[in-house]
Amino acid sequence: MPVDYATRPVEPLAAIAPALPEPERREPVFDIRRLTARYGANAAIRDVSMEIHKNLVTAVIGPSGCGKSTFIRCLNRMNDLIPGFDAEGEILYHDVDLLGGDVDPVAVRRRIGMVFQRPNPFPKSIYDNVAFGLRVLGMKDSLDDRVEHALKRAALWDEVSKRLRSSALSLSGGQQQRLCIARAIAVEPDVVLLDEPASALDPIATSSIEDLMHELKRDYSFVIVTHNMQQAARVADMTAFFSLSQPDERGDRSGILIEYDATQKMFTAPSDKRTEDYVTGRFG
Amino acid sequence: MNEMKTPLRRRLVNLAMQAVAVAAAFAAVAVLAIMVVSVAKRGAGAINLDFFTKSPHPFSFVPVPTGLANAFVGTAVIVGIATLMALPIGVLTAIYLNEFARRRIAFLIALALDVLNGVPAIVVGIFVFALVVTGHGQSALAGSFALAILMIPLIARATQETLALVPGSTREASLALGVSRWRTTLSIVLQQTIGGIVTGTTLAVARVAGETAPLLFTSSLVGDQLRADPRQALASVPLKIFEYSESPDPADHRQAWAAALVLIAFIMLASTVARALAARSRRKLGLTR
Repeated sequence: MPVDYATRPVEPLAAIAPALPEPERREPVFDIRRLTARYGANAAIRDVSMEIHKNLVTAVIGPSGCGKSTFIRCLNRMNDLIPGFDAEGEILYHDVDLLGGDVDPVAVRRRIGMVFQRPNPFPKSIYDNVAFGLRVLGMKDSLDDRVEHALKRAALWDEVSKRLRSSALSLSGGQQQRLCIARAIAVEPDVVLLDEPASALDPIATSSIEDLMHELKRDYSFVIVTHNMQQAARVADMTAFFSLSQPDERGDRSGILIEYDATQKMFTAPSDKRTEDYVTGRFG
Repeated sequence: MNEMKTPLRRRLVNLAMQAVAVAAAFAAVAVLAIMVVSVAKRGAGAINLDFFTKSPHPFSFVPVPTGLANAFVGTAVIVGIATLMALPIGVLTAIYLNEFARRRIAFLIALALDVLNGVPAIVVGIFVFALVVTGHGQSALAGSFALAILMIPLIARATQETLALVPGSTREASLALGVSRWRTTLSIVLQQTIGGIVTGTTLAVARVAGETAPLLFTSSLVGDQLRADPRQALASVPLKIFEYSESPDPADHRQAWAAALVLIAFIMLASTVARALAARSRRKLGLTR
């Protein structure tokens, strides 16, 4: 009996992906409490409290300038490098406060990887891009296997296996971004942060990155900042909506967390009017 | 449509300005060309194998073929040691300047380097004379020290300019993997900068190889023997040119011209190599594509 492809119903991705567990069964990775982050005197985000869960994809959406990137760059202490940056509150990561004075940001980043907005491969060979972190961090046993495994998981192996020694800069933008994902997961982090990973990519490359996240979330927890609401709806289990506060007495505005819930609820039945306006395209 | 035409006056002004600029550029090149040709005309005749392999005869009136091997060896030793001194200091200064220093401190260091770069060579010479030579006597090491002072700002600035070309996103990529800051600097940033460091060092070598004033104070009291021990004063090419040009013997004048020719040729070669290396490292960084 031949399958009639024309009339066969197409399953939506959400139906294939593992269902979102009930709230009480979600295991927290981050427990963020009243996080306020400042550049100089101005607070980029204020009083953000939320839990981020293991093996889920959590999207952070919101209009430009609402502190989405600042927020996720707090999670791996990437903002430490910016002069004048300061964070208050708590970011409990498996019960350790990442903002604590005795926490080593290098050790934090070792466990919490990051993929950036623009692909940023090293000007080295494809192989060395993935192997660099492994070598430096002392994961030198069966290096070839680890590199191959990471490239396979990033769905890049078939395209590059014949030219591992050629420069990473010769790859297309989408391939470079998948290489950056391979580089990030090769060192076996616990969490992967993605800061608008597809904003510089075409739709096909974007969809391959989204598929990857569905595939990889069994082993990692993802936090993704995105400008693109469809993307959040497609990839995320949970969605947080950030927006700008009303101006304070000095006229400054800060990024605040408006609403955080299961993605489906956020896009179909948000409880906050501002979320509804944003997801329906009336604002932002 | 007559009003759309370029007015004659403006066309003439354009033409005149362009002509003046072209003439200035040609004049600059012509100075070099005339200098090279005149030096070559007077010196080329004295250049042969002996010129590079033999040292001057202690009695210059004895008519045997002689050369300036001692000066070439001396310059190589002095400049070589100067490079070994200046390279690490220059590169580390640049790393601190570009990677670690706060903005205000970076500004002050950059300013200090520029001032150091502008200090006349003779001032550096007399400084090293007072600091090292007084009490210890002249030596090639003292000469190297003086030349190293001249090289540091050149190497540091050239390195710093290349470091600034390394995109911040590459550093972030490494840091985000949990790689420490110094390891990132060493393995990712510096690795991309090697071309620029080599270029800067080559230019610095070319620059100081012809310096005379610092060596006058530090490594000038020399005989004609071929020596390479840096603890003694060693002969050098620029000082030989100086010395021979004052000699009454026309044969010495020819030797001086020949040494000048070799020096110019070396500097032109080094600069060309440095340019080529710079272009190559920029290509590698993906800056010109």
